[in-house]
Amino acid sequence: MKIPFKYITRNLKTRRLTTILTVVGISLVVFVFAAVLMMAHGIQKTLIQTGSDENVIVLRKAATAEITSIIMQDQANVVQTIPSISKLSSGKPFISNEIVAIINLPYSQKEGGLGNVTVRGVTPEGFQLRQNMNLSGGRFFNWGSREIIVGSSIKKRFKGTELGDKIKFGGDEWTIVGSFDAGGNGFDSEIWGDQIQLAQAFGYTGAYSSLLIRLDNVNAFTQFQEAFNKDLRLQTLEVKREKKFYEEQSEDMAMFIRILGIAVTIIFSLGAMIGAMITMYAAVSNRTIEIGTLRALGFRRRNVLFAFLIESLSISIFGGLIGLFLASFLQFFDISMINFGSFAELAFSFSLSPSIIINSLIFTVVMGLVGGFLPSIRASRLNIVNALRSS
Amino acid sequence: MHIIKLIVKNMLRHKLRTLLTVLGIAIAVVAFGLLRTVVTAWYAGVDASSANRLITRHSVSFIFPLPLAYKDRISKIDGIDNVTYANWFGGVYIDKKQFFARLAVDAETFFDVYPELMIPKEQLEAFKRERNSCVIGEQLVQRYNLKIGDIMPIEGDIYPGRWEFVIRGIYKPRDKTTDPSNMLIQWQYLEERMKEETPSRAGYVGWYIAQIKDPNNSAFISGQIDEQFKNSPAETKSETERAFQQSFMASVSAIITAMDVMSFVIIGIILLVLGNTMVMSARERVREYAVLKTLGFSTFHLIGLIGGESLTIAITGGIIGIGLAFPMIDGFAAILPKGWFPIFNLEPITLLLASISALMVGFLAAVFPIQRATSTKIVDGLRQVG
Repeated sequence: MKIPFKYITRNLKTRRLTTILTVVGISLVVFVFAAVLMMAHGIQKTLIQTGSDENVIVLRKAATAEITSIIMQDQANVVQTIPSISKLSSGKPFISNEIVAIINLPYSQKEGGLGNVTVRGVTPEGFQLRQNMNLSGGRFFNWGSREIIVGSSIKKRFKGTELGDKIKFGGDEWTIVGSFDAGGNGFDSEIWGDQIQLAQAFGYTGAYSSLLIRLDNVNAFTQFQEAFNKDLRLQTLEVKREKKFYEEQSEDMAMFIRILGIAVTIIFSLGAMIGAMITMYAAVSNRTIEIGTLRALGFRRRNVLFAFLIESLSISIFGGLIGLFLASFLQFFDISMINFGSFAELAFSFSLSPSIIINSLIFTVVMGLVGGFLPSIRASRLNIVNALRSS
Repeated sequence: MHIIKLIVKNMLRHKLRTLLTVLGIAIAVVAFGLLRTVVTAWYAGVDASSANRLITRHSVSFIFPLPLAYKDRISKIDGIDNVTYANWFGGVYIDKKQFFARLAVDAETFFDVYPELMIPKEQLEAFKRERNSCVIGEQLVQRYNLKIGDIMPIEGDIYPGRWEFVIRGIYKPRDKTTDPSNMLIQWQYLEERMKEETPSRAGYVGWYIAQIKDPNNSAFISGQIDEQFKNSPAETKSETERAFQQSFMASVSAIITAMDVMSFVIIGIILLVLGNTMVMSARERVREYAVLKTLGFSTFHLIGLIGGESLTIAITGGIIGIGLAFPMIDGFAAILPKGWFPIFNLEPITLLLASISALMVGFLAAVFPIQRATSTKIVDGLRQVG
């Protein structure tokens, strides 16, 4: 015979303040747990979306990012001749030779701070190689001119990046003629201009930072890589899938957030479990006579055990749901942080995934079970006579 | 004296509950200490910066080099004692996961401007003499089990090619905030190789560091330096070392804000745990408080009784927490990838903050129960069934 669920909910209501305090404690823990996972997921999502499956990127071997990579013109010419590179209708290989530099821009919100922004010199192919590049304001820059377009999150975060503004670098002034939206990926945190113009301004004569290449098909990578690695003139370079490259860029930051997050969460959850345990022990000792009565009425020990476990679980699940609900609002916030992989700032948002929801709920249930288990055992073990006699 | 005895007796009434509460507070103090330590580790660079050093770099970004010729022009400016320069050398040691700064520095002057890097005289002489030598920090010696005379091979990225450096010196950090994990190589050696391999890149340095006589003049002197190079192909931006380091902090401010928020949340959680305990105790004891009042104990006594219990629990938890924080933080430092935080210490200020928070929580947790105990009428209290 089960103890009615109504009995449990009534108990929660009777000791309102204690219940609320415990629920709030658990919801805070779940909030932090979910927020940390969402942050790490947000960074990874932003960077992984940045790459495309059919593209490969060529960098200098030891380079951890485009900014520390140099590819000489003659090497770039050799790369062009490797088979399995897709061809454009004009017969040219589908490659974008790009240069990347970092410039400083003042933040629009934080006073006095300067942020690192990636400036990318692209070729017409560079636009075709990337999906989701949409103009969101103004127009594209004219080839051969000192004009630039800015990513959507640059506009939000940095001063003087509106249409028509001029930015000074590389011994010249560059006019912002448009802004683009790359669908929330890493390019939204970049400034783009004509490769030839930017190479001149930054003194990258006869060299590039990276080559972005479209292959014939997704499966051609191994073939391409073999041919690439065999060529003695390309020994100082390496080729990677574009997706893999961006994934690696996010690794360090995401790992840091996870390690810190997990350490903090473990500690937090211990605190919350202790909170739940205190509440439940108190519930048991307050209700000794009640428990005795229930047992005398014929409820079994395990009924009492379950009733108390369910009580503890309801508290923690309720708290967990509140925490998750609050954390889901974080998705509306964009944050930006330096990405140690590329040394430039990357804008991303907290991102909730089904696995984060499931993990948070599992975590909540575990907290409730662990916190409620010992007190429930005590409740179920109470001796009927002693319990009834207690005052 | 009676009050103290009562407090202790009350605490021991529910031994398990008191124990759990103390534990809860201890855990929260550990978490607080951990988060603050991470925050202070981020700020280590700012704390280590000296007020009498100015950094001059390219106005567009630190990734663009400045001509070597600027050195003489900077050193001629009034109020500047000493000028040195450095380059970010980068490269890969062993694999891409080994984080530590690899800098090419002017062997002649660098250690004069950075007195906090303490190096024996004969080692410094050896470094100046030998072209392909390097000086490394103490922490690298331990991390990679190196000694003087060993060779550190580096695969260059910004400066392509394979480089081999012989360790000729090991520096010790003077202060707790000095980075003990730098690798310094000779800029002159880099320059020679650049002249041979890519002459277009020779004759450049990354940034200048000027030592000034009077820190109060820093704004004026930086202005003068930048004025010198105005409208030249490489304009400069000069600022104090502190401001320079702080600009890096701006780019990680999101994570620092997150940790700040979390440390407050933790205090909130301690408050909830302890508050919960106190609320429960007070609820159970409503009748006793009424009896005490009937016997003539004043409101003041009740405040002492409840507040004292709450504070004693908070303080005990706080002390245990601080004791646990030391091994926990060492453990955390061990899980982190090597080199993420060259400086990772539990600062005295962190301990102080943790103690103050524990005390405050002790006070706050008692407010509600005290209010309830003192406002309940004796008659109602006696009538109450727990």
